[in-house]
This record gives sequence, structure tokens and C-alpha cells, in this order.
Amino acid sequence: MNGVMKISKSTIKLQTMKKIFFCLCLLFAAFALRAQIAVRADKVYTMAGEVIANGVVLIKDGKIERVGAGLKIPANYTVYQARVVTPGLVDARSVVGLSGALNIPVDQDQLEKSNPIQPDLRAIDAYNTDDTLVGYLRVNGVTTIHTGHGVGALISGQTMVAKTKPGMIDDVTLVPAAMLAMTLGTSIRANFTSPGTKSKEIAMLRAEFIKALGYEKKLQAKDSTKRPARDLGQEMLLKLLHGEVKALIAANTATDILSAIRLAKEFKLKLVIEGAAEGYRLTDKIKASGAEVIVHPTMARPYGEMANMTMENAAMLTRAGIPVSIESGYESYVPKTRVILFEAGVATANELPYEEALKAVTINPARLLGLDKRIGSLEKGKDADLVLYDGDPFEYTTHVCKVVIDGRLVADNCP
Amino acid sequence: MRKFLPAGSLIPICLLLYFPAHSQERPIAFKGALIYPVTGSAIEKGVLVVQHGRIIAIGNSSTTVPADAEIVDASNRVIIPGIVDTHSHIGGPEGGDQSNALNPDVRVLDAVNPESTGFRKALAGGITTANVMPGSGHLMSGQTIYLKLREADDIEEMLVVNERGVFGGMKMANGTNSMRGTAGFPGTRAKSAAMDRELFLKAIEYKRKLDSAKKDSTKMPDRDLRMESMVEVLEGKRVVHFHTHKMNDILTVLRLKKEFGFRVVLHHVSEAWKVTDAIAAAGAPCSIINIDAPGGKLEAMNFSPKNGAVLEKAGVAVAVHTDDPITDSRFLLRSAALGIREGMSRQKALEALTIAGARMLDLGTKIGSLEKGKDADFVILSGDPFSVFTHVEQTWVEGRKRFDRAIPADKAFAVGGYKVYTPESNEEDEDNHHEWSDENQ
Repeated sequence: MNGVMKISKSTIKLQTMKKIFFCLCLLFAAFALRAQIAVRADKVYTMAGEVIANGVVLIKDGKIERVGAGLKIPANYTVYQARVVTPGLVDARSVVGLSGALNIPVDQDQLEKSNPIQPDLRAIDAYNTDDTLVGYLRVNGVTTIHTGHGVGALISGQTMVAKTKPGMIDDVTLVPAAMLAMTLGTSIRANFTSPGTKSKEIAMLRAEFIKALGYEKKLQAKDSTKRPARDLGQEMLLKLLHGEVKALIAANTATDILSAIRLAKEFKLKLVIEGAAEGYRLTDKIKASGAEVIVHPTMARPYGEMANMTMENAAMLTRAGIPVSIESGYESYVPKTRVILFEAGVATANELPYEEALKAVTINPARLLGLDKRIGSLEKGKDADLVLYDGDPFEYTTHVCKVVIDGRLVADNCP
Repeated sequence: MRKFLPAGSLIPICLLLYFPAHSQERPIAFKGALIYPVTGSAIEKGVLVVQHGRIIAIGNSSTTVPADAEIVDASNRVIIPGIVDTHSHIGGPEGGDQSNALNPDVRVLDAVNPESTGFRKALAGGITTANVMPGSGHLMSGQTIYLKLREADDIEEMLVVNERGVFGGMKMANGTNSMRGTAGFPGTRAKSAAMDRELFLKAIEYKRKLDSAKKDSTKMPDRDLRMESMVEVLEGKRVVHFHTHKMNDILTVLRLKKEFGFRVVLHHVSEAWKVTDAIAAAGAPCSIINIDAPGGKLEAMNFSPKNGAVLEKAGVAVAVHTDDPITDSRFLLRSAALGIREGMSRQKALEALTIAGARMLDLGTKIGSLEKGKDADFVILSGDPFSVFTHVEQTWVEGRKRFDRAIPADKAFAVGGYKVYTPESNEEDEDNHHEWSDENQ
């Protein structure tokens, strides 16, 4: 063991110490005074109008107070300087917090394999705010995630929306039951003996929906003794069938995408197609169906049901007038999650117009989640979720320097 | 018949193979590009002239261009040497099976499909040379092959013989991937090393017999294919490509190297940042991977994206690899750029893609930089090598254009699309992700 090693080890230890100290400072700041913040940047992408050159974002009590060019900064505001500022990034679909970083049985809660249909499983009962990957997404600019039960079951369970800021589940949750996560395609077969075919998948779902409608009818019985016992799964399915929660259907091949559209039409589901690897082949049909689309990571591996994916998928869907969001999705191995900032960057290098790529990770997913009054753009009164960069956000060599969530600094990565 | 020749006899055959069969006759001059020769300083508005598969001239705008040369306007373009991927699994490189943890006799040469679309994908990423390896599910999963991404219908046409007279290395692994605990496989780290040692000791004994026989056929030991390749390892001809993640595992590799004297390249080395000094002291080059997020694999949890920067600072030779499919062959330039983001210098990042990897394969005198006399392997880029907005426009192997983004059928391999990629022969079903998950990285 010579000096070089000691230095590198102790440097890293020092960095850890610094991080701990930084966190303590944050906690102190949280309990003591709530400093107001002003962010100044060469370019501010508000996602609500033109890019602002030499822009200033004033933040007060966790909300955006004002956004504009060359605003006067009040004396008691802490000033952060950046080259570029964007709204906090919104990951349209993740499993982070349920599918843990360690990838060992005790930290994998995204898929329950006892039954292929489990609409009663709630994401908030599993979400681990402390998982390494939640923190990792946070320091890489993701301030809100739509996460929850994963792919691989017909109905794997519910999803939720949370801020990635440190805190307990109730402090960070925005929507406890956001959508119902469903999957079509061959990935189900690895986990269940039935359904074992595509037709059986749809047959089982149709039967399940019809059963739920029957349950609803029985609930309306005048004689209360004839009403059925409470069934949490059926209750959730009724929310789905009434359009109170959206149907988040993972479908990648053209066949599965069209089946999802057919099913949604029959049962009047509010359809969100997730993955959509072959979506570019069906832009007209998707557009006509009114379905919303969350596109697979641009750098996803072209294997299995993703074999026919293209990095230009987001561009082609957008060109057809379908607003897209880009997801980090689900990864079974290394890396354990994708980072939508990187995926959107590669999408814009592959024909997706620059502003559209930014929209796909900010305001589009905010709308998809019904949260665009709170997040997704930098506008007066919205949550103060911001990302500060030292260069073009999409460049490989650019750093996410600072991240602000609800008006508080949660990441400080640049010296 | 050459497929059945003993390892030692392969050298003359392969020297013949090395010369490209259809190299172009008329010189081609690429003019006006910003050229990064990598072993020399960048050349603005440079000139690169290639003929017969080699570079015949490189320099500034006053470089003499042969009168009969075809001129290619490469202004506003950037030219870098062909990228060397030191660790890839494209083409279906199956190594050892479930019967044995140590497979020095198994050659991926006998498995790889030269017509795999994986090679087209790699060319789309600017890769011209790849070390195609079996997985890491064995202590020693087999012999790797060094391939030029030439057009070929027989894998032998892609082989490239290196300075030590071989066209591949030996893949080894330690840590959890190779600890299956089933019959013939180790269940612990100490057992892993003990099994490695046993094999090396056997090889030393075999070599002693070979040496003392002094080529007298009556005294020669019986032929042993397992031992023949191990002798090449002991002689330093065949480099050991060692998959290793954790700091204790890295140190075990260095200990074995010291004990048996083999030459090694450390692959992945997730915890390199913890044992940088030991790696530097051992003079072991590192072929690293850069991934987008931690996690997914317990023993790689302490991966640091700063590995490249830390190793560079310590003077360790660093290459960056894809481990395709762990990262995609189309994104190796990006992986190097991520190294820069975390503190590597641009120069060392360029080297990590080219000459550093070439040297790890003992091919540094033939490839890895743009110099007169070296192979005409290069990539024409639309802009800065490390920008997300840059595309690989053309990839040239030995003076032949192997990828051209302007041709739609080629571009499809860069971006993907309907029925562009065909599954490898060993991808039996659509959901075999788990298979390669365990075998790789």
C-alpha cells in the first residue's frame, strides 16, 4: 500500500464526509430559515414560451415567484449562477424505489408473481425513498418520478408519483395511486404459466373488466345484504373503467400496441402506451386512438420485443402530432436504471427537435400525469423544481451542477 | 485443413490471412478534415492518403497527394483512428459450457458468426477492431478472438494476428459470475483461485516437459489442447483478459499474475479507484466500462464513473470497452465522453478508444493511430468525437468503406428499425436477457 492508494481512498472518504456535512447543512437549513433563492443563467428554458437569455428565476417559499430576463434580485436572496437552467425533469415511467439498486430478492418489489392480475397492489406500500437509485436520479436532474409496479404481469399493480427529494413517503408523494400498470406481450410468460399466449392475455383482461362491471352492479343492489363484500382489486378496476386512473399498458410490438388500442376502445380506458418500440410503424392508428405515449429509452437494447426499435421513434411520433414523454423504464441488470436526461439527449441527436426533447422530459410528462399546474415548466406559482447545468443539458460532457426541489437545494455536484 | 493445425502452426497461416484480400489499388486522399492521429497532435485541414489497405501519407494541407489519387472532400469533418473495442460479445461468442469451469481449449473462433448484424452495428459505432470474448460465467471461459470488421463469410477472414503471433487472448473471470457452486465450479473466491493455480501449475509442468524434450518427438508429451494454449499464456504470447470487479478480486488477479508471470488486462474493474496504486505498481492495463447508473449487480455496486480519471492520473493505461450488449457498440464514443465528464483528459479518452486498446491486444504497431504504414482503419465523424450531436458518417477498414450513414441500409444499423437486426444464433427465444445478464459484465 503506497501513498497513491491512500490518497485516492482518503480523497473519496473526504468526499463522503463532505456529502454528509452537506446533508446536515441541508437539514439545518430546512429547520432554520428558509432562504429565498435566485437562479441566474445564460439560458433559461421555461418550457412555457421562448428561451430567456440572461434569465433570472426568483424562488420564494418553495414556489417560483418570477421568471424573466435581467430581473432585479432582492438583497436577501441566495444567488446561484448557471449556463443553462431547465425545469426539474419528470420521469414519465420508472420502477425506481421499488426495483432497488442491489438487484437482490429483498430489494425487488416491482413484480409480485403470485397472480398475473393484482390491481390492489399499491406502490406507496413499497416505495423506498432511500434507495440509491432515487438519489442517483435526483443528482442527475430528475425531480419527479412516476414509478411503481413494473412490467411482466397482465396487471402488476398501481403506480405513484413522487418528488425525488429526501424525505419519508408521505412528504414526497404527489399522487399515491396514479395509474394501473399493465403489460401485453411475451415478457409475461417468463413469470406466469397462464396467460401463455397473446389471445389469452386479452381474454383474461376482458373477463376481469367484465367481472368488475358486474361487481359494480351488485354494489347498487337496494337490499344492502345482497351487496358483495368489499374487494379492493375490483374497486381499483372500477376506477380504471371510469377513467379515474389511466391504463398504463406496456406494449412494444405492433400487435401488442394494436391490442392495447382495441382493448381501450372496448372498455373506454384512458390509454397510455408504454414502450411503444414499434410505435413509429403505427403513428396514424395511435394518433386516431387518442392514446398517450411514453417512449422507451432511446438507448434501449434492440433485443426481444425491442428488436425493431429505432432511436428515431420519439421523433417520428412527435412529427405525427403525438406528444411523447421519454421513460427510464425498467432494467433487469446493469445499469439498473436509465437516466431520462441522457436518453432525451440521444433522441435529439436522432431527429427529435431540441425543444421537443426537453418537453419529453418536462412538460409533456407533467401533462400526462395531470400535474402540469404544479410541475414541468418554470412559471410563476409553480413548484420551484429546477436543474442548473454548466453547458448544454444534452451534451455528454455537461454536468448537472445543482438541483432544486420545492425551493431547496438537493444536489450540488460542481466545484 | 488449417482449422486442425496445432496452435504453433497458426502463425504463418495467419500472417497470410492478415493481408487484406481486396485492398484498393488506387490511392484515396481525404482532404480538409480535422484529423486526430492520436499518437501525434491534431492536424487542422489535414490530409490522409490510403492505398492497399494502409496509410501511405498523413499530414497538413501541404502533404503530397499521388497524382492518380481519388480525392474525397472531408472538410468540416473530423477523422479519428478506427475504434478498438477491447471487450465485446457481438457475433455470438459462446465459450465453455456447463461441464467445466476452466476451458483453455475452447475457442470462440468455432462459434462466432461473421455475418452477424452485431458487426454491422459495431461498424455504425466506428469500431473497426474488436476483441470478441466468451462470457464471464467460468473461471476461464475460453480463447478470445481479435477481429477486424472486414466483410467476411468465414470468421477466419476477420482474424488479425498480433505482434506476438496470436489472434486472441484468454478470457478469465473471478468474483460472483464464475462462482456457481455446481459440479466442477467453485463456490467461493478462495476455491476459484485454488482452481486457477492448479491449472497454471499443470501448464508449467507441461511446458517443462516440452522444453526438456527439445523438439525430440520421442520425448514430447502427448498433445494436450488445454495445455497448448496455456503454454501460450505462460509465454506471454496470449494475454489474459481478466473480468474482475471488486477490490479483493482485482488484487487476487494481480497476485496470480505475480505468481505465474502471465500478461494481463484487467476488465471492468469497478473498484479500480480503491486499488489504483496496486494496479499501477503491477503495470496492469485496465479496460474499463462506463455505465449510466449504478446497481443491478451486487459486486459492481461500488463502480465509480471516475475510474478512468483516477487510473489516468496514476499513469495506468486505460481503454474503454462496450461489453456489448451491456453497453451498445454504437455508443463507445459516448462511453469515452462520459470519462471526460468525470475528469479524464480528451487526449487520454481518445487513446482509450484507440491506441491504448490496440496495445492491450498487442496490435499497437498495426492499428490504433493514424500513422504512415499503419492499417487504413479510420472513422469520419460529423463533428467533435465527444459530442452527443456528432454522428459516425463513415467507417473504413483497411482502406475499404464498411459503413456509410448516407446509405439508408447502413444508417439503419446506426439507428435501428424494422427487422434491421437479426438475433444471434444463441438467442434461442425472445426472453433470454437473463442468460446474457449472468454471463456478461
